[in-house]
Amino acid sequence: MPELLILIALLVVVAGTAAFVVTTRRRRGPELEPPPERGIAPTTEVPDTVPPELVEEVEAEAATEAPPTLGAPPRLRDRLGKARSALGGYLGGILGRSGIDEETWEDLEEALLRADVGVATTTTMLDHLRERVAAEGITEPADLLVALKEELVAQVGAYDTSMRLEADEGRVPVWLIVGVNGAGKTTTIGKLSARQAAEGRSVLVAAGDTFRAAAAEQLETWAERTGADYVRGAEGGDPSSVIFDGIQRAKSRSHDLVLADTAGRLHSKVNLMEELSKVRRVADREPGQVVETLLVIDATTGQNGLAQAKQFAEAAEVTGVVLTKLDGSARGGIVVSIQAELGIPVKLAGVGETVEDLIDFDATEFVEALFADD
Amino acid sequence: MFDALSDRFDGIFKRLKGKGRLGDADIDEVLREIRVALLEADVNVRVARNMVGRIRERCTAEELSKSLTPAQQVVKIVHEELIETLGGETMKITYASKPPTVVLMAGLQGAGKTTATGKLARWFKQQGRNPLLVGADLQRPAAVDQLRTLAGQIDVPVFSEPTDPVEVAAAGLAEARRLGRDVVIVDTAGRLGIDAEMMDQVRRISDAVEPHYTFLVVDAMTGQDAVNVAESFHETLELDGVILSKLDSDARGGAALSVKEVVGKPIAFASTGEKLEDFDQFHPDRLAGRILGMGDMLTLIEKAEEAYETDQAEAAAAKLLEGQFTLDDFLEQMQQLKKMGPLQNLMGMLPGMPKEMKDAEIDDREIARVEAIIKSMTPEERAKPELVDGSRRTRIANGSGTQPNQVAQLLKQFKEVQSVMKRMGGGMGMPGVPGRSKKGKKGKKGKKGGRVTPKGPATPRFDPDDPLGLGQLEDLQLPGRGPKLN
Ligand SMILES: Nc1nc2c(ncn2[C@@H]2O[C@H](COP(=O)(O)OP(=O)(O)OP(=O)(O)O)[C@@H](O)[C@H]2O)c(=O)[nH]1
Ligand SMILES: Nc1nc2c(ncn2[C@@H]2O[C@H](COP(=O)(O)OP(=O)(O)O)[C@@H](O)[C@H]2O)c(=O)[nH]1
Ligand SMILES: [Mg+2]
Ligand SMILES: [Mg+2]
Repeated sequence: MPELLILIALLVVVAGTAAFVVTTRRRRGPELEPPPERGIAPTTEVPDTVPPELVEEVEAEAATEAPPTLGAPPRLRDRLGKARSALGGYLGGILGRSGIDEETWEDLEEALLRADVGVATTTTMLDHLRERVAAEGITEPADLLVALKEELVAQVGAYDTSMRLEADEGRVPVWLIVGVNGAGKTTTIGKLSARQAAEGRSVLVAAGDTFRAAAAEQLETWAERTGADYVRGAEGGDPSSVIFDGIQRAKSRSHDLVLADTAGRLHSKVNLMEELSKVRRVADREPGQVVETLLVIDATTGQNGLAQAKQFAEAAEVTGVVLTKLDGSARGGIVVSIQAELGIPVKLAGVGETVEDLIDFDATEFVEALFADD
Repeated sequence: MFDALSDRFDGIFKRLKGKGRLGDADIDEVLREIRVALLEADVNVRVARNMVGRIRERCTAEELSKSLTPAQQVVKIVHEELIETLGGETMKITYASKPPTVVLMAGLQGAGKTTATGKLARWFKQQGRNPLLVGADLQRPAAVDQLRTLAGQIDVPVFSEPTDPVEVAAAGLAEARRLGRDVVIVDTAGRLGIDAEMMDQVRRISDAVEPHYTFLVVDAMTGQDAVNVAESFHETLELDGVILSKLDSDARGGAALSVKEVVGKPIAFASTGEKLEDFDQFHPDRLAGRILGMGDMLTLIEKAEEAYETDQAEAAAAKLLEGQFTLDDFLEQMQQLKKMGPLQNLMGMLPGMPKEMKDAEIDDREIARVEAIIKSMTPEERAKPELVDGSRRTRIANGSGTQPNQVAQLLKQFKEVQSVMKRMGGGMGMPGVPGRSKKGKKGKKGKKGGRVTPKGPATPRFDPDDPLGLGQLEDLQLPGRGPKLN
């Protein structure tokens, strides 16, 4: 396979030259004090013992605030009520027609595309729907819409969305929260912590984001608000160590669950994804056991969400998706593609910025909201 | 995952070969592909429709030039249309005659406002200004701590107090006057465009400080919603520009096009990483190529920068081109390259890569095998592969879990690579030295230029003579374009 070698050689030449040209260019111009370097040397080795000096323990005053009591979780429909009224716009146009014609199909396509479902998944879905229309003799636009919604619900609702809480005998269950920058990981941990506390479990949150400015302080606030135990490390420290330390503390204090935060990272950054794999491996080592790895995806995300899910699943064995910011005008349709292509279930949805704003993902309501008018 | 727009055209234009002009049906088909490409890049459906309409007009109206193939002409039109929409020039920042110049940052939750505030401060500092940052996000936990930490890295003061965002903003402005700071940047809490109460709050902040520049920070990974966001913020705040964040992602960034189309104001800055120096003024041409999926040299460069010891990489490239490349070097470079991500992805970033090569399945096991074979050779053998005879071959094969003929094949191919590279190198001169500009040498495509990438990789400007960037590859004398590769 000479192509392979030639291609590699070519890449070496291009990359080498490019790197050179860029460095020369960058050397110009005044430089300010650089902030601490991000990322680890890409080692694959996991230290056997966690150096204790890396972890500076902070006692959370867990007792100062009573664990919050949560009311009934809000429903997606209520959240969207203000913003959207179901079935206006193009769907109204569809229903207004006397039959199913090309324009109907175009409107359906546009509705799905506008919800970020993506071209490929939209095309597959509509092709399948056309077959059904032919086979079942559907002629009414209203029936067509029902059929499409059924297809979508079948696609996004076909999964087990329960969250695992049990670990093996003697081990502490860990939920690892991962995702790109700004997706809503830390906030989701705050919400999860509140929810678990309300269900009577004692929770420890570990500030595995040692990179972003004041990320640990942000998590600490959530720990205080929700009465969770809290462990942080030094800024710029090793995230695996912080999380491992949290697990050990949770073990010694008999907490029921560890929620581990991680720094936001782009799925395309190889060394950061390697770091994440390591974090997961270390968290999964006794006495810890990673029983859920939740990928947080922002509902405003476009087609890039699919690549995110692929890479995070590969690096950290994602068990479920949390779709955040569904209280906005974005529909989060990319999860339809994620489920169709990767089969990762959406387990939870974020619908606001307070501890109460976390709901179990409901396929039917999600699909209704996909088509709601804004 | 995404096919470059030009790839999409391949099939269509093959059928059209020989026809000098595109018929209406041909144009329809081409436009459909353009629409799909735009949608996959997250350009809003509505915006894509308008854009396709404009492209259709130009495709039918414009005189077809004889020197370009239909494919090249269409890509050229699309590319020009994109650049026009994105705005051709970088935004000029001017300063208030009566300082301070006030900048207001707004956007959705998690878009990158606080980071961009720090980055902008650094940028102003580099322009010789003295910024003051105002932390008016009193909502998100530790938001002001975050801003203070960032500001500390660049030694810029921060003003905030736990009162009310509007009050903080007003007091911050007064503080800047008192301290004689000439730029004030106000960071605000993330908010949803449909949250009336919060939108009213940001309007009041704006009224209180009367900003000279109001920037909307938009995440490059945003999908269709970008239009709604831009509309609501523009309606409330009358934006002056947009800051595009997280452009270091592999998202195509079509959202920028949607936002630009709605707001009609330039994309002023682009943010390309988490560190404060990863920030610069925006270059529309750079994004146009990316949206189209025309080889993304910039991403390639950025990846190379991240993964490579640059001096060493440059040395390796030079050695390769001089034909003085040993199997050892090769192994090392291969490992460096792997750090940049899957080879298949990297391949897609090379501009104008022939489709057959882009689509060549690069099997990771194949790479692993190559590595295993090289690793099973002694240092001496790696330096002088001709030493490998029958018995050595068997030993190497055993050591690497391969067959002797696979070892032989690899060595033969390596020799081939050496000679191809050497030929290439001969035509290229010293690599790494940016070549002369292509401008003024129109019509000399295919000539061996003095560079790997035209005009330096930093800004691969669109060359109307070469819309697909094919000249770059011809410069490289890819074996696939000369003697048939196989
Ligand atoms: N990779 C990358 N990350 C970025 C970039 N800009 C910001 N970030 C990261 O994105 C996340 C969110 O950035 P912030 O600056 O906190 O965003 P914000 O809009 O202020 O967020 P809120 O105040 O929570 O609404 C952080 O983890 C940043 O480090 C960028 O250009 N590239
Ligand atoms: N409206 C809304 N905002 C959210 C939601 N989840 C998180 N956020 C906000 O999004 C921003 C980024 O969240 P954060 O948890 O810091 O993200 P991280 O960087 O992934 O840890 C914060 O301003 C949060 O308040 C949600 O479901 N709805
Ligand atoms: Mg966080
Ligand atoms: Mg902020």
